[in-house]
Order: sequence, then C-alpha cells, then structure tokens
Amino acid sequence: MTDTVPPAVESVVVVEGLSKVFRGPPEVAALRPCSFRVGAGEFVAITGPSGSGKTTLLSLLGLLDTPSSGRYLLDGVDVAGLSDNDRAGVRARQIGFVFQAFHLIGYRTVLENVELGLLYHGTAKAVRRERALEVIERVGLSGRMHGLCSQLSGGEKQRVAIARTLIRRPSLVLCDEPTGNLDTVNSDAILTTLEELHAEGMTVVVITHDAGVAARAQRNLQIRDGVLSETVGVG
Amino acid sequence: MSVERSRLTWRDTISEAVAAITQRPVRTLLTALGTILGVGAFVATSGLAETARAQVSSRFDALKATEVRIQDAAPDGTNPFPDDVAARLERLNGINHAGLYYTVADSGSLQPRTTAARPVNSGAAVPVIAAQPGAILAALPVLQVGRIYDDFHETRGERVALIGRAAAAQLGVARVDNQPVVFIGDIAYTIIGIIDDVQRNPDLLLSIVIPASAAERDLQASGANYLVLIDTAPGAAQLAGRQAPLALRPDHPERLQALVPPDPKRLRNQISGDVTSLFLALSGLALLIGTVAIANATLLNVIERRAEIGLRRAFGAKRSHIRRQITIEAALVGTAAGITGASLGLLGVVATAASRGWTTTINPTTILAAPLIGLVTGTIAGLIPAIRASRTPPAETLRA
Ligand SMILES: Nc1ncnc2c1ncn2[C@@H]1O[C@H](COP(=O)(O)OP(=O)(O)OP(=O)(O)O)[C@@H](O)[C@H]1O
Ligand SMILES: [Mg+2]
Repeated sequence: MTDTVPPAVESVVVVEGLSKVFRGPPEVAALRPCSFRVGAGEFVAITGPSGSGKTTLLSLLGLLDTPSSGRYLLDGVDVAGLSDNDRAGVRARQIGFVFQAFHLIGYRTVLENVELGLLYHGTAKAVRRERALEVIERVGLSGRMHGLCSQLSGGEKQRVAIARTLIRRPSLVLCDEPTGNLDTVNSDAILTTLEELHAEGMTVVVITHDAGVAARAQRNLQIRDGVLSETVGVG
Repeated sequence: MSVERSRLTWRDTISEAVAAITQRPVRTLLTALGTILGVGAFVATSGLAETARAQVSSRFDALKATEVRIQDAAPDGTNPFPDDVAARLERLNGINHAGLYYTVADSGSLQPRTTAARPVNSGAAVPVIAAQPGAILAALPVLQVGRIYDDFHETRGERVALIGRAAAAQLGVARVDNQPVVFIGDIAYTIIGIIDDVQRNPDLLLSIVIPASAAERDLQASGANYLVLIDTAPGAAQLAGRQAPLALRPDHPERLQALVPPDPKRLRNQISGDVTSLFLALSGLALLIGTVAIANATLLNVIERRAEIGLRRAFGAKRSHIRRQITIEAALVGTAAGITGASLGLLGVVATAASRGWTTTINPTTILAAPLIGLVTGTIAGLIPAIRASRTPPAETLRA
C-alpha cells in the first residue's frame, strides 16, 4: 500500500499532481495540481498573495486536510494509504506547526502549552517538563513560564508556539505566516529561531507574503491563483 | 514502513480534562449552572409532587373512615345481637374492635349518684350506657385515670363503671384510686376509670358506662337503640360492613343493617391520581427543560473549543483521545453539577415542606437518578460536538 522512493533521493516531501478543490457551493479550486520536492534539511519559502492557496497547500503537507487528487510522499511514505490514526501518529512524530494565529490554549500556562508539543507522544510527564524548560529558556520566556497564554503579547505567543514545536524535534517544520501578526523586531527574532532550526538539520517550509522573509530562505516557491511555480532562489 | 503511533496516557487524559475544568472556572461554572438548574428543577418538582401526594394521602388517611355501625334493621325493642359480638367480629379481617353499645332507657328510676341515698330533687340525670369493651375501644378513647374494663369484667357481669369527663365533673369524681362507687338504681358500681376524650361517640364523655352484661342483668334494659360499634383498619370499613351482618346473624343477616362511610379509597385514589399526573407532567417538563439546559451549556462549551480540538489534532491527537478527554470533562462536571443540583432541589423540597408543616417524602430513585441524568445528558451533549469537531479536518477547525 505504501510506496517507497529510492533512499538516494533523500526528499522529505515529494508531491506529484497534488490538488485541492473545496466542494462548494461555490466550488473553489484552491490548489491546482502541482508537483515539487523538498529535500531533507532544506529551508523553503512559499510566497503568494492572499487567497492564492498557501494555507491550503500547507494543510495538505501537514496532513491537516486530504487532497482532491495527486500523490504525497512524506519521508517516503505515501500518506494516502494511512488510516486516520496513522495520520495522527505522523503529525505527532514528524511534523511541527507554527500558525499565523498562534493557536495556543489561552487558559493554560506557557509551560503547559509548550508541554502539549509532546503530550501525544506519550512522553513521561517529568521528561516533558524538563524539555519544556529547556526550550522555553531558548525562546527567552523563562520569566513568563507560569503566565497564562491569553495574557501574552503577539510576539511572545509566537515564541511559545515555536517552543511548542521545538520540543518535538520534528523532521518537518511547517510555518503559516509565522510573522504575519508581528512587528519587525519580533519577526526577526522568530526568523532567527527558524534559521537555527534549519541549521540544526530540520526541514523548514515557511509560508509568507513578506518578501523579506522569503529572502532568508534557501529556495522560493511561488503560488498564484492556486498555481505553484518555482522561482530562482535569492538567498 | 510502519508509522509510530500517537499515545496519550490515561493519566495525561485525566489531567488535561481536569485542567480544562479548573483553569476555566467561569466557563465551567456556566456549564455546570445549566446542569444544576436542570437537575435541581427536576428534583424539586418531583420531590414536591411526591410530598404533596403523600400529604393528600395522609390527609385522607386521617379522615379515612374506619368506623362501622351495625344497627337493627327492624327494631322490635329486643336485642338483635348475640352475646359474643366481639368474638364473632374481631376474627374478621380488618376489624380492630367491636362491641355492643346502647344507651340504657331511663324513666327516672336510675338516678345515678355517688351516695346510697336517693336525692330528693333530681336534676338532669347522667345517662347510663351499656357497652362491651370492644365498643368502648372502638371509640378510640383516651383515659384520664384508671383503666377500661375488659372481657373478664364483661363475661362475668362485674359491677364496674367508666365515667366520661363531663359526667365525672357532674358527679364530683376526680380520682379512682380510692375506689369510688356510683349508684345506678340501687346497685353500686365501682368506678375504675375516667374517660378523658374519645374520637367517636362523644356521648361517652357525658355518661356512665357499664358492661353490657351487667346492664342486662341489673337493669332489665329493653327498648333501647341497640348498636354494634366497629373500629376497622384503614380501608377495611367497606368489607367489614359487608361481612358483619352475616357473622353476627348467620340465620337472619337481613335483620341487621351496616352503616359504612362512603368509600374513601376511591376518592383518594382519584384525587391523588390527579395530583400525581399533574406533578408528573411538571416533573417531565422540568426534566425536559433541564436536559435542554444541560445540553445547551455543554454544547456551547465544546463548540467554543473547536479550535483547541483542531490544534490537539494537529499536534497528533487521535479522535479517540479527543473523545476521551471531553467525555471525562463532561462526566466530571455533569456529575458534580448533578449532585449539587439534586442537593439544592432536595433542600428546596425540604424547606417548602417544612414551611407548610408537611412531611417531606421523596423517592430515593429520583435523587440517585438526578446526578445520573446530569452525567448522561452532559456527556452526550459534550460528545456529539466533540466527535464532530474531531472528524472535521483540523485545517478547517483551525481556520475559525
Ligand atoms: N474550507 C474551505 N471551503 C471553501 N473554500 C475555501 C476553504 N478554505 C479555503 N478556501 C478558499 O480557497 C482559497 C485559498 O485559500 P487559502 O487559505 O489557501 O489562501 P491563502 O493563500 O492562505 O490566503 P491568505 O494569505 O489570506 O491566508 C481561497 O479562495 C479561500 O477562500
Ligand atoms: Mg493563509
């Protein structure tokens, strides 16, 4: 059921003819069939105007939604053959998300939100706590550890979200406009952290419509009206 | 290549559920409030219904006629009853006491008094009643002093007497320990008790009461209004009225006529049935409103957390993990709120009953079922949106 690509290819993401049509009404072809690969350890930016299908693509890559057509191999596994529980397992073990809207649990503390990154790994509570403290330290929020997430600033929230992904050590980090709601100083801090993750060997895919963010990626993909095209990398 | 699975320990599930409950106290309280109100209204209504119904019943029980009189259907001046009235009747079902009873006809010759000498000018004479012990007991008497004469006195025709409170005052008798006597005609009777009160036949309070056998022997009574007084168990009056004439006069049952009260059972059942169905309808309504309140509160709570459910799914939660957590949350809140609601409802019933002087009667199943209603309704109402949210692709729940 699962196809394996030759290990020599070393692609984390292999997409062939992947598309998404939202069955309306009205019917929206959010993503036209597209094909591309993301190699292990790459830092890729996907840019495009609002409504062009960026979030749709990222949701497919993150197994948050199912494609209307096409094939998607993640770490060599065709995800079409996975059960819902297996998809949850892949999300838990291999993928990290950073959302534009942060999606923290507002009534829980910073520490608890970061620990959530490992909750569905079945990791022992003590280990979760220990590693959460480490990554919170790393994003510079040790002082706010016991504060409620609902009371943080936007920049702080996104740092919590990054820490929540960091703690998982995922092979693929998917970021949907991680700096969309932040000022330049905070944006820069977040990007720096993403660059560090990349440097540590994680594969990072960032969606943005900020050219400055795209410029810091190794490789740029562009999407316009649901059509994906590769542009020459700037960085 | 096999995929590593998502894992969530039971301990973590429970602590996530508890955190969701305790760290959003206002939301939890609002959710619980629906359940508290719903369950409280249900318990209060059904408790009040039960209490009111029991109250109606006991009112009827108190009034419930347990008195039957058997009289002579064709009076000819003679005593139509056998000697062993009590023996014949008290072995019938539901008859507590029974006995012959009549007022001794007095042409002025009896002149009841406490001294041997007859008074010169006689005022209003104290009446003399001949009664078997069962007839006295059937009046449900309370004695001031002394005791009631018994079958021993009756069979032997002992010359003993009871006097009613009013008669005692008239005769100037206050105690019996000094063995006072009362003269009826020229015969002395020892007073062995003073009747303070009766629930039936208040004539007893105005009279001197002597054993029927003694009256027959000593006073040659005739032409009196002979009666048999019967006290029955609650609800047995009808049956006693039907059986007594045959038991007393198997040869001529038609000679006797039973006076029975109107059947109180039918009336009571009817009224209590009306009250029950009214309150049952009200309880049903309260239950319905309560269920809607519980469902609504829980539903809102979970819908509010669609994005949280999406996030948990994105971070690897399986559908079953979401279901488990929400079930535990809803069950804990539902049970706690159900118990609180049931307690408040019960308190309301007790307070209402107390202010009316009623006895609180409540079906224990209602109280036990109430938290269960909170639990089940809350869990179902919580699970349905939780299952729906966990089935929706996380991409969609996160978009909101
Ligand atoms: N669940 C859905 N049902 C119907 N249409 C949808 C749904 N999700 C997205 N769309 C549509 O698909 C198109 C692409 O949406 P998408 O969110 O991928 O855009 P985007 O590039 O992320 O935009 P933005 O930069 O504003 O976030 C849009 O026209 C959007 O309205
Ligand atoms: Mg988007």
